[in-house]
Amino acid sequence: MIQIKDLHKSYQMGSNSLHVLKGINFDVKEGELVSIMGSSGSGKSTLLNVLGMLDEADEGSYILDGVPIRNLNEKVAARYRNKFLGFIFQSFNLINYKSALDNVALPLYYQGMKRHERIEKAEYYLEKVGLAEWSHHLPNELSGGQKQRVAIARALASEPKVLLADEPTGALDSVTSYEVMDLIQGINDEGKTILIVTHEPDIAQMTKRIVNLKDGIIIDDSPVKQIRAKVHV
Amino acid sequence: MFNKDRWNEILEALTANKFRTLLTAFGVFWGITILVLLLALTNGLKNGATVEFNDFATNSILTWSQGTSMAYKGLPRRRRFSYKLNDIEALKTEFPEIKYASPRNKLGGYRGENNVIRGTKIGAFGIYGDYPDYINQEPMDILEGRFVSYSDIEAKRKVCVIGIDVITGLYDKDEPVIGSYIEINGVNFMVVGTFKKPNSQGDAEEDANTIIIPFTTFNQAFNQGDRIYYMVITAYDAYDITELKESIFGFLKVRHTVHPNDMSALGHRDQSLDFKKMSGLFQILSVVGYFVGALILLSGIIGISNIMLISVKERTKEIGVRRALGATPWEIKSQILQESLILTIISGMTGVAFSAGIIWLMNYVLNENGPVQNFANPSVGLQVVFIAFSILVVSGLLAGLIPANSATKMKPVDALRIE
Repeated sequence: MIQIKDLHKSYQMGSNSLHVLKGINFDVKEGELVSIMGSSGSGKSTLLNVLGMLDEADEGSYILDGVPIRNLNEKVAARYRNKFLGFIFQSFNLINYKSALDNVALPLYYQGMKRHERIEKAEYYLEKVGLAEWSHHLPNELSGGQKQRVAIARALASEPKVLLADEPTGALDSVTSYEVMDLIQGINDEGKTILIVTHEPDIAQMTKRIVNLKDGIIIDDSPVKQIRAKVHV
Repeated sequence: MFNKDRWNEILEALTANKFRTLLTAFGVFWGITILVLLLALTNGLKNGATVEFNDFATNSILTWSQGTSMAYKGLPRRRRFSYKLNDIEALKTEFPEIKYASPRNKLGGYRGENNVIRGTKIGAFGIYGDYPDYINQEPMDILEGRFVSYSDIEAKRKVCVIGIDVITGLYDKDEPVIGSYIEINGVNFMVVGTFKKPNSQGDAEEDANTIIIPFTTFNQAFNQGDRIYYMVITAYDAYDITELKESIFGFLKVRHTVHPNDMSALGHRDQSLDFKKMSGLFQILSVVGYFVGALILLSGIIGISNIMLISVKERTKEIGVRRALGATPWEIKSQILQESLILTIISGMTGVAFSAGIIWLMNYVLNENGPVQNFANPSVGLQVVFIAFSILVVSGLLAGLIPANSATKMKPVDALRIE
């Protein structure tokens, strides 16, 4: 699903150049649930941004579902993001003046889908994350866990190839975190490829594979015995 | 470009901060209101001033004879002479451009002595000798009966048409007017019609105090021979009387043996030139109205642009999220542009409606309280509404341009990082 070869990325900080990714090689097969770990500054967020086409690598190749991702202009990148990727953010990033339902329907709006189809689909995914009854509530009427579930429904709505989650439980307490991880595991069970950036070991243990980053290189990449979040709920 | 979804997106964004949107909209609302009101007031002044022309055919001149100022062909300077009735026929033959040429003679008038008697009532009125054509040059509303006719002219009938103040001065209430007789300077005339000037202001009193009799009767009864006090010449619309008048004067000078360079022998008043001068003045006033209105509107537009910039800044993260979810830069830009456009057009058109209400109110008050000097019927044409609308469309787009560009300037990855 994802093939990355010799990926480099540096940032220009004034006169200094900061080399963040120093040759990343890594493949993800369809249906995997991968966590990317590392301390802050290890380059894990940068890696996720490159994977998410929000940022472009300086060197190396990135192939997503057989499509080489390079030299994208903003328009094409937007189309690819819409088609291939679903984003889950630490701070949920829901649009606060839109109802839960409209938030979920937003990526479909950018696909050019008709309103009634969009609403139907958004309702389906809201139900899937267990929030059908909250569909007309605004984000500030929802709890943190509920907001993240709305965000997950939004990421799923466009039926992407890959879900990218940046610290999805970072703003949640541990009980809510496990509930969210349970939901993510359920989605993975249905065959969706998911990448999670996290620095919490217990969250990483709930994935099927842990990639450890340090100073811009992968120091460890090994499968783990998955702990079901249900046990903690 | 505008489907229901777009509308919802735009309305959601605009209503997200209602009070601010309202305050911003007020700037444009106010600007366009002032623009429309200024134009309406200009129109009111123009209408008020053109009433002074009493619907007088504007492509006209009045001309009269004055004393000569130069000796010519053995004739001395300071010679008095008069236009004659045969000048009229000669002018009409010589100048096919002339539509009407009417001679007028006058007796009494402003601060004149009492000259009209009916039974025990007497009054001082302006007595004019006129040709039937004259009513086409200075329109009058015939209230009862008729104006003087050519058969009156031919037969030199002693008939008259009287203004409304003559009736109030000489008749009791409800007394029949048509068919009665009045004595003008000792000569009896039968009243065949009554008239009123349309829209008259200013000269209203003088007009209403007027008695019109056939020109030929006038000259015979009051011993004027074939002299003319003054004549009113109207050209066809295709010709400009101002361009024509010099050759008319040249022709008249030859007929009356006046030196071609004698500038003061013939007096005249050019209605066309006066009217053009005034129209020009009001055109300048409209331009000033547009200019001042547009400047005030501009500050409203800048307000919109400013608020849109702030709103874009505030929504940096939202815009980042939208782009992460697959919005192309153009989709973001066009949404910002449309927000600004909708805001401008709605607030502006509300301003147009509001000012229409004020104009209606002004007209209502004017109608209730009677005419005001130099001001009448303030109004704007439908074309002003279209012009206002186009100004709003253009300015709405301009107001949105800078915010729309700044919305997509930041990379989505940086926009998402903003807290």
